[in-house]
Amino acid sequence: MRHLMSPLDLSIEELDDLLNLANDIEKNPQKYAHVCDGKKLATCFYEPSTRTRLSFEAAMLNLGGSVLGFSSADSSSASKGESVSDTMRVISCYADIAAIRHPKEGAALVASQKSLIPVINAGDGGHQHPTQTLTDLLTIRSLRGELGNLTIGLCGDLKFGRTVHSLINALIRYENVRFVLISPEELRVPDYIREDVLEKNHIPYEEVERLEYAMPNLDVLYMTRVQKERFFNEDDYIRMKDFYILNKEKMKLAKPDMLVLHPLPRVNEISVDVDDDPRAAYFKQAQYGVYVRMALILTLLRWKGDLTC
Amino acid sequence: MLNISGIHEGFVLDHIQAGMSLSIYHDLKLDKLDCAVAIIKNAKSNKMGKKDIIKVECPIDALDLDILGFIDHNITVNIIKGDRIVDKKVLQLPKQVRNVIKCKNPRCITSIEQGLDQIFVLTDEENEVYRCKYCEETYKNTARKR
Repeated sequence: MRHLMSPLDLSIEELDDLLNLANDIEKNPQKYAHVCDGKKLATCFYEPSTRTRLSFEAAMLNLGGSVLGFSSADSSSASKGESVSDTMRVISCYADIAAIRHPKEGAALVASQKSLIPVINAGDGGHQHPTQTLTDLLTIRSLRGELGNLTIGLCGDLKFGRTVHSLINALIRYENVRFVLISPEELRVPDYIREDVLEKNHIPYEEVERLEYAMPNLDVLYMTRVQKERFFNEDDYIRMKDFYILNKEKMKLAKPDMLVLHPLPRVNEISVDVDDDPRAAYFKQAQYGVYVRMALILTLLRWKGDLTC
Repeated sequence: MLNISGIHEGFVLDHIQAGMSLSIYHDLKLDKLDCAVAIIKNAKSNKMGKKDIIKVECPIDALDLDILGFIDHNITVNIIKGDRIVDKKVLQLPKQVRNVIKCKNPRCITSIEQGLDQIFVLTDEENEVYRCKYCEETYKNTARKR
């Protein structure tokens, strides 16, 4: 039995198989409509989430299974002081697979250690959010045809954004990937990403402050939100906030086939007038999130031997 | 010259970085052993200038010395039996250490989960980097590196 804690838990071959399965699900949803009949997914969400929880639930329902769970710590035994480990041990008796989100880093790993069913990390604090990374990879591969030979711009809060760190770690495994890191000084990627991941693996990258400078060379632009509270002083925030807002004007600088991705929720970092641009892929990305979670549920249940199809 | 009598069976931990002996005394839980322990601080050393030494009179299976590799793998461990050195143990960085150090990341699950061991895993042997098994926070111990 295997769990998914980090996108790097999957080898490149396993990841390819998973993304191929997700694409097959996209093309032939009827073929998979009953493969999980009688199976139950437990969604154990210790903190609020809209997209991730509903995406997991939609994925299991699309496969013919059913869902149970809780959507905040207040409505679980955590409010009575029960440990994550005990909660998961009990939930193992009720469901066939579980997705857990918890504000503490490493909580999903603790849950998996005593679990009798596969556990999927649906976000553990600022640490990992592997199904978002799988979603990003599926979106890029489906819309571009490959994950290598790519210049990707990562824009916004690169310091605290776990999706950005996970995506960098996942993409460096592919050939000829180049990163343009677009952020204010305060929100540059942490040293360990720059030194231990990019430089150690001889991955080409550049760091820039202005989105406009980077736009013309990008194949993919991955936007994230810059939050005011991350800045040390308000003057810097006011000076820079517009640098990181993507609008129709800035889109004119981009290649005709550049993709715009965003993990969502979007606040104001992408103007709504970009939504109709055919290069805006962030809502398609949300759809791909359901396909990849369907593929993941299927794969983990197959590996456990619970499904024969 | 300070003289401390030899030991019949036990360990002599030599070449301890000066000033570290008391911390090692606690890390090895020597305070819980009912045996003779001598701590020599700031002894003269040709190699190190000054050093600490710990002598422990105890059965040679009474101590778990793996943790010493984590604290400082340059320490020399002499194993004494029948009043003479029978072996010198070469210390290595352990692959993981359990319940020796605590994760300092307040966002780590170890800060709230009951009964959870504190486990750090060696992730970069060359640079002696240990990371929390759960949140991957790096443990920095400048005293360990010489």
